[in-house]
Amino acid sequence: MKILVPVKRVVDYNVKIRVKPDGTGVELANVKMSMNPFDEIAVEEALRLKEAGKAEEVIVVSIGPAKAEETLRTGLAMGADRAILVETDQPVEPLAVAKILKGIAEAEAPGLVIMGKQAIDDDSNQTGQMLAALLNWGQATFASKVEIGEGSAKVTREVDGGLQTVEVKLPAIVTTDLRLNEPRYASLPNIMKAKKKPLDKKTPADFGVDTTARLTVLKTEEPGGRKAGIKVASVAELVEKLKTEAGVL
Amino acid sequence: MAILLLAEHDNSTLSDQTAKALTAAKSIGGDVHVLVAGSGAQGAADAAAKLDGVAKVLLADSGDLANGLAEPLADLIVSIAGDYDTLIAPATASAKNVMPRVAALLDVMQISEITEVISADTFKRPIYAGNAIQTVQSTDAKKVITVRTAAFQAAGEGGSASVETVSAPPKAGLSSFVSDAIASSERPELTSAKIIVSGGRALGSAEKFKEVILPLADKLGAAVGASRAAVDAGYAPNDWQVGQTGKVVAPDLYIAAGISGAIQHLAGMKDSKVIVAINKDEEAPIFQVADYGLVGDLFELLPELQKAL
Repeated sequence: MKILVPVKRVVDYNVKIRVKPDGTGVELANVKMSMNPFDEIAVEEALRLKEAGKAEEVIVVSIGPAKAEETLRTGLAMGADRAILVETDQPVEPLAVAKILKGIAEAEAPGLVIMGKQAIDDDSNQTGQMLAALLNWGQATFASKVEIGEGSAKVTREVDGGLQTVEVKLPAIVTTDLRLNEPRYASLPNIMKAKKKPLDKKTPADFGVDTTARLTVLKTEEPGGRKAGIKVASVAELVEKLKTEAGVL
Repeated sequence: MAILLLAEHDNSTLSDQTAKALTAAKSIGGDVHVLVAGSGAQGAADAAAKLDGVAKVLLADSGDLANGLAEPLADLIVSIAGDYDTLIAPATASAKNVMPRVAALLDVMQISEITEVISADTFKRPIYAGNAIQTVQSTDAKKVITVRTAAFQAAGEGGSASVETVSAPPKAGLSSFVSDAIASSERPELTSAKIIVSGGRALGSAEKFKEVILPLADKLGAAVGASRAAVDAGYAPNDWQVGQTGKVVAPDLYIAAGISGAIQHLAGMKDSKVIVAINKDEEAPIFQVADYGLVGDLFELLPELQKAL
């Protein structure tokens, strides 16, 4: 089967982001961008399934600006076979992303879609579930273990209070949690090879998807700060302060 | 029109996450109906009916709904969504699983993890792990919303709503439940605890974590948390992780022991009422958000603290 892995280009997770002083958003100019960490885990999982003989082909997809090609090349350098870039300069919300991915899934007929549970920029945690709904496929979100069987997948999910294991009929959507695997680094020869791997370019219009935003962002601001308090010298002083000053004991 | 609130529960009892999301729902305005979907969930439905401000409880009781699988639950919510212009749920693992599915079936863009209600269509929500706050206005006719419960007080009791039965649509059979491995504990749940004691990488091992953090937590009647570094190192289980990618908590007292204070962790606990940091590195970023900082060796200080209480 084919595995489709959607990936997003986001501000690198090590970058401390800055809110623009005029409240129009987050500063993205001259900031290091990388593949969304949860998506890297998704690429890794797809590659491991291919290496285990459970899949024949891994296709990475990204929806975003021309520069998202770099993110796709990263996926190709990790070992994906080919890439699809749906190019648009407008920000695309999860619902529209899911609609475009539905079009790609219908064209490519993958047996499995693996994607990050959320992107670390807008923290929406929606796209995978939405894609599953639009395709009327089963979903296994927040996965920490994936086992492919005959026509189904057994997925262990991270839920509140522990783990839940579900079985989903294939094709299905799996979204990754942090502890599913540890993604590999691309080797230099593979980075070179990735430059020659096929990359198709499309637009949202090719899939008949209107990407007009449903949510209007009125303002983006810094979170309310928390001031540093005081240092106490001893455990006795700490207990005293917690009892009398803070009143929490 | 009315608001539908999806209850978080374990069939017999209602999670206080529901009462917190109810506060958010009430500030949107309109009659609030609570949907309790489960199997043998009369107990949870009765508890929901007692919450102050609930106009009606809808109980969908079926074996297919026993394990909170997203597909049948989404179909159920969509089948009754016509009567509501807002569908809201606490941002728990189960609601985060199902609500975007509902939103897509209704062709609505979900508003995730709101921390403030500005008006019926405008909300604040954190982005970039809480490092920026967005104010967003929905243009969709129906709103689908999840609520970051740490940002809202729980609604009280005092209601006496009626409980009505609704039937679940036929099963689509896309997925099935295999097993649960839910850790049972005498300790309070992280997301509802008044006090949390959290340990970080400085604990050094799972044994030390148990030896030093747990007795202090038990003395305080506290829940136990951990930083991502401690979880990744195997000192503590996944579901103890506090942070942007773990649980977001806001207890009255948060004690961070041997936690340096990565942005990722701060995003999960910075709304706590009082923060205590115990760390041997006096430059650790955790001290920048702590109300009370104690510099020193946690292996000496935590047992001392336990004795002093």
